Amino acid sequence: MIINNSPALAPLLLLAAAISIPVLALLSKRLAYLTAIATSLVATAVSVLNLWRVWESGPLRYHFGGWTPPIGIEYVVDPLSAFVALVVNAVALVVLWHAMGLADEEIAGRAVPYYSLVLLLLCGANGMILTGDLFNLYVFLEIFSLACYGLIGIGEKQAAVASFRYLIMGTVGASFYLLGLGFIYIVTGSLNMADLRNILPLVYGNPAITAGLTLIVVGMGIKMAIFPLHGWLPDAYTYAPSTTSALIAPLGTKVAAYVIIRVLFYVFDAGYVSGALPMTDFIAWLAAIGIIYGSVLAIAQNEMKRMLAYSSVAQIGYIGLGIGMANPFGFIGAVLHIVNHAFMKGTLFLVAANLRKNSGHSDIARLDAAYRKKLPWSMAAFTLAALSMIGLPPTAGFFSKWYLALAAVDKGNWVFLAVILVSSLLNAVYFFRILERVYLLPPPAGEKEGEGFPLKSKTGAGLGLGEEKWGLMIPACVLSFCLLLLGIGNAGIVKGVIQRIIPIGM
Amino acid sequence: MIDFILGHYVYWAIIALLIIGLYGMIFKNNLAKKLIGMTIFQVAIIMFYVASASKWAATVPVLDTALGAAEAAKYISPLQHCLMLTAIVVGVATSGVAFALVISIFRTYKTLTESVLLERMKSS
Amino acid sequence: MLKYKYNPIILMVSRVVSPFIMLFALYVIFHGHYSPGGGFQGGTLLAASLLLIRLAAGSEIAQLQFRSVLGTPLGSLGVLIYFGAGFTALLFGGQFLNYGFLPVAGLTAAELRSLGILMVEIGVGLAVMAILVAIYDDLLEGYQDD
Repeated sequence: MIINNSPALAPLLLLAAAISIPVLALLSKRLAYLTAIATSLVATAVSVLNLWRVWESGPLRYHFGGWTPPIGIEYVVDPLSAFVALVVNAVALVVLWHAMGLADEEIAGRAVPYYSLVLLLLCGANGMILTGDLFNLYVFLEIFSLACYGLIGIGEKQAAVASFRYLIMGTVGASFYLLGLGFIYIVTGSLNMADLRNILPLVYGNPAITAGLTLIVVGMGIKMAIFPLHGWLPDAYTYAPSTTSALIAPLGTKVAAYVIIRVLFYVFDAGYVSGALPMTDFIAWLAAIGIIYGSVLAIAQNEMKRMLAYSSVAQIGYIGLGIGMANPFGFIGAVLHIVNHAFMKGTLFLVAANLRKNSGHSDIARLDAAYRKKLPWSMAAFTLAALSMIGLPPTAGFFSKWYLALAAVDKGNWVFLAVILVSSLLNAVYFFRILERVYLLPPPAGEKEGEGFPLKSKTGAGLGLGEEKWGLMIPACVLSFCLLLLGIGNAGIVKGVIQRIIPIGM
Repeated sequence: MIDFILGHYVYWAIIALLIIGLYGMIFKNNLAKKLIGMTIFQVAIIMFYVASASKWAATVPVLDTALGAAEAAKYISPLQHCLMLTAIVVGVATSGVAFALVISIFRTYKTLTESVLLERMKSS
Repeated sequence: MLKYKYNPIILMVSRVVSPFIMLFALYVIFHGHYSPGGGFQGGTLLAASLLLIRLAAGSEIAQLQFRSVLGTPLGSLGVLIYFGAGFTALLFGGQFLNYGFLPVAGLTAAELRSLGILMVEIGVGLAVMAILVAIYDDLLEGYQDD
């Protein structure tokens, strides 16, 4: 029974747990966190089960309520959605593990609604990835977005304003998606993705279909934060509490990128959106400008979380460039970068959280070599993630940039190749700035190396290395070690998963 | 041409509502007015779907004993109405979260006017 | 926020009208699956009947009708009723929300589906009522009205 219903189990269990947390918390407040992490573990296990089932027997279809599509709503698990769902659940599990050490300071007294919102966010993300019906996608998109607005608003003083701006822009984005979907429904009469794939070639010339597709891409582009629709991102990532940043930064924009891939290449035909209707060219050029814009602005920042936010704008540009080039190498590069960036940004935001917990700030100007002694393992994880962002083999980041560069060469577009190479150089500038300060800059006079430990933990955790708790150090190291594994094993991922689902028509 | 404009009068009204909603969100200074603009924008999209469901000389999609179930063409399409029920609930939930954020902003900064708010945020 | 002033006409009319609104709301919920109405609409009407007393008589007296602490737990309970109806169908061999598999004896498949939808509507109505009243109470936290 579990096997037969596995496509639907992850969102359903997450929803049930999210709803039960306020009831369970009447018994004990500890139960909120324990329920959250247990359900996240179960969701990750179900994702592994789904991926294994898809590997063995091909795409799975699950009809809700027993109604067959196109009348009913169905969930479709094919290699792309199973893989992205696994990445989302795995990163969320590690971030939730890390959240245990931070809860007392950042969200004191509001832990129960916080973990309920976290589970709703994961339910929305899983539902968006697995669904095969376009209106169901809108419902889960709004569940995901509302949970995001709430999670961001719990932070510092300016978090409420940042969340309000994100709310206005995000609601406009989702409303554009709904309007575009309305146009497509009126012309074709169906909301099911597989059904639309059959009907749409008959109506390609219709201006309503073009308008609908444009509105959907613009709406999801706001959620994905493609330049110039990224205005909500820097404030939202900076002022949110640490766990929220570490959850939304790896996951939020990637799920929106997945939706754009799904609509452009699997509902509409890949040849149509890159040939007759030059939508992908438009996305590619905007993404290329966004890469340079994000990298340059990241160099100018003083505070680590804000720098990572602008860096995210640049990395989303890579994914947009991969989508926009619309050839097999570009598709592989985009999907690989979705996976890699989730792990890289997860590591970086967890290290920023460790810095804030340890020293109360994450300003770059105040870093010096004393931090190398205070947080050795976190800084090692940061170094590995930084090398991966810059794109040095054998870390994971190199391979996604390699595929994107191959795609640019394949298309004959030398501007994009130059953008990819120049932006790697810019990435190196703003990451080496931090690495130089942490590893080479001597601390100010009057403070010997090794002194100035905030020896707050009395349990001796960390073996005298100076790290505060195991629970903060190990998740960051786990995510950064996965970058090495993803890099070394990327051939397996490309051959085994991504090449099976290259869209028809590329 | 005149036929086209007059025949689609519902859609012109919906476009006008969309523009009014976007104008409110972008150009108004007060945060609560921005929220009103957002609500008008969402309602315009709901109207769009409901308007697309109607037909000439058709009745509500409740089983009529006189017509029976065989003649589906005599009832208007109920699917868009069901989809818009969900969209209305989503709008209510978004408004709830938005008002909670607005009250939190007011308690912290004691103002809802955007220009004054930005100054107080810079100076604090 | 305006200070609450005692007004006998508003108070009297609200106290008389509120139960009738609740009755109408129950009618709307129970007729949702084969005529206009349904869970969300009925739940909003139920919330309106409760909010009427909160606005007319003040938050403290309104606690006699519906206590504020019940808001979020009742909302969770409503969604769990919805989820339970669907999950029971899943446990007994069908897919999620396939009401034909509900384990109620002696009913045909069509009647089982009707029963399933009715349970879902009741769950949704309860959840919507509790959450709308909870939103109102949370937005007004900290305001004195005497």
